[in-house]
Amino acid sequence: MNRQGRIEHYVSSEPFDPLSIEQLTPEQEKYYLASQWKLMWWKLKRHRLAVICGIILALNYGSVLFSEIIAPYNLHTRNIDYIYSPPQSVHLFHNGKFIGPFVYGRDYELDMDLLKRNYPERKDDVQPLRFFCSGDSYQFWGLFEGNFHLVCPPDNGTFFLLGTDRLGRDVLSRITYGARISLTIGIIGIAISFTFGIILGGLAGYYGGWVDATVQRAIEVIRSFPELPLWMALSAVLPVNWSPILIFFGITVILAMLDWTGLARAVRSKLLSLREEDFCTAAELMGARPSRIIGRHLLPGFMSHLIASATLSIPAMILGETALSFLGLGLRPPVTSWGVLLNEAQNINVVALYPWLMFPVVPVILIILAFNFFGDGLRDAADPYK
Amino acid sequence: MLEYILRRVLTMIPTLLVISLLVFVIIQLPPGDYLESHIAELQSQGESVDEQKIAFLREEYGLDRPFHEQYFFWLIGMLQGDFGYSFEYDLPVADVVGDKLFLTVMISVLTIIFTWMIAFPIGIYSATHQYSWGDYGLSFLGFLGLATPNFLLALVMLYLANVHFGTSIGGLMAPEYIDAPWSLDKLISVLEHLWIPVVVIGTSGTAGMIRRLRANLLDELQKQYVVTGRAKGLPPGKLLRKYPLRIALNFFVADIGNLLPTVISGAEIVAVVMSLPTTGPILLAALQSQDMYLAGSFLMFLAVLTVFGVLVSDISLALLDPRIRLQGDLTK
Repeated sequence: MNRQGRIEHYVSSEPFDPLSIEQLTPEQEKYYLASQWKLMWWKLKRHRLAVICGIILALNYGSVLFSEIIAPYNLHTRNIDYIYSPPQSVHLFHNGKFIGPFVYGRDYELDMDLLKRNYPERKDDVQPLRFFCSGDSYQFWGLFEGNFHLVCPPDNGTFFLLGTDRLGRDVLSRITYGARISLTIGIIGIAISFTFGIILGGLAGYYGGWVDATVQRAIEVIRSFPELPLWMALSAVLPVNWSPILIFFGITVILAMLDWTGLARAVRSKLLSLREEDFCTAAELMGARPSRIIGRHLLPGFMSHLIASATLSIPAMILGETALSFLGLGLRPPVTSWGVLLNEAQNINVVALYPWLMFPVVPVILIILAFNFFGDGLRDAADPYK
Repeated sequence: MLEYILRRVLTMIPTLLVISLLVFVIIQLPPGDYLESHIAELQSQGESVDEQKIAFLREEYGLDRPFHEQYFFWLIGMLQGDFGYSFEYDLPVADVVGDKLFLTVMISVLTIIFTWMIAFPIGIYSATHQYSWGDYGLSFLGFLGLATPNFLLALVMLYLANVHFGTSIGGLMAPEYIDAPWSLDKLISVLEHLWIPVVVIGTSGTAGMIRRLRANLLDELQKQYVVTGRAKGLPPGKLLRKYPLRIALNFFVADIGNLLPTVISGAEIVAVVMSLPTTGPILLAALQSQDMYLAGSFLMFLAVLTVFGVLVSDISLALLDPRIRLQGDLTK
């Protein structure tokens, strides 16, 4: 007791454990201790549409590995008896009796007025489809021979789910093979433009000054070109005597060369603000080289944003390839992409008489929508602390 | 303000110079030149070659000179209004380009107006009714337009227009007007044909615009002044019109810089499919046959068109927004 009669100020000398006051529930603890990427994953999972689109994309990219097995026919098989055959429908019931998936056999007749081939169904000729079977032989990734397919046409029958083209080739099989080129062109292209964007944007943002000014001007020039005419001009430059594979890489590089500007801008503006932070100065004082500061300390801070915006710019590349190939400036047969397939649907007769040749546009739309929604979800999830 | 415009125009000059150099490099990249392949083609057909004319053209356009001299000839010629000679058409480029460029500009402007008319109400609706079914439905529709390749949409629309309205396929006007001088009937015929390309090209830009307008308006709607206005009892419609919409409008004008390259790109490919008498088909043919001056001039025109479009949008933005006018700096 001191003289005013108050209790003396008391401080416990025991070590203080904050957790004894603030009890965390197990969920809270899990949340606070989770890494950034884990938080992003949780947030992405809540975005239902993005997850569905992600699964669609994963399935499509997975199918690229096994195109030969999934396609019912070989890419180049010509069915000369079935030129411009319309899509065949798959039935399950015959005369009210369940049989399992089957198609009807078909006859051939020529409509002399329209010079159009008709293939009327023989309603009594039931041809069950075969599954996990051997059919057309193929070179699996050009490595070894095989003839195993998920679905095969019936013995002595045909199975054209999406019809055939002017050489009697199965459209569904060609779409399946086309995915290989069309989907990879977006990924390879974005990898190239990602590298360009990070390096150039990083240099501009970190060094500032004349480096920044040069990169900025370059971006401005490239952005003030309308993309497609420039793509057209550049692909017209590719030598005619290049092999289709070289052309494929040439087109990819051309698509990527004009695409890095958006990413470079994003990297630059982020770096400009981040390089003033204390942790950056600290790293500099400790003698870290610029490449280490950019790569180790600055980039990880907004990598998630970059990945999200890269995802959003893949569709433009896929559409670009499709448009170029459609115009005959892009990939050339025998390389098969969705754009090359659509090249066949170039005139109005096709729309009127053989509309099934436009089917390759369905996967194009599907993939582009999926990339857009998935990218949107990624972008929302990219900042999990908000 | 004048100072801002002046500075903006001056910074355009180096950009255009670099663009012209880039264009020239691109059209020079393929090995050989048009005259060589032309001579080879004529000889293989057993026709005689007009040596004098070839020599004259070679001399006139300095095709045998080093690269940088050719570039300067081209550049200086362009500044004087001489865009070079189209070997394929056997005409000066200016005569080939003629009103095709005008039609390209017309289609682009109409498309932008169309895009605005569609995107503006949808964007506002989506932002004010965030996460409603209408928002999802309209956004999805926009995305569908973005995801459908232009050229295919053009084909289908051509077919449908032909079946349902009986409009003749392709082109920008009925056949009898093609060589006729401009008149009211011709204009009506052009407008009748024009809506298909405008709608087709417009669909690809609309989705992006809706999304950006929605995002911007959403940002504004959360701000303090909107809450204050609402608390003071302003009717929602008036509140929206008086404050956040005006700020979002700025960005709408600025967005023309993003929209224009898309529109011009779209216009090119749609023009090829619908065989419109715009720059598209001729550019494609010129690129394929190495008609270098024609291709180069077209590329240059399109780039200049884009640069000018961005300039116009920047200036109108500066007129609208005092922050930009006074700081003289664009916040993009």
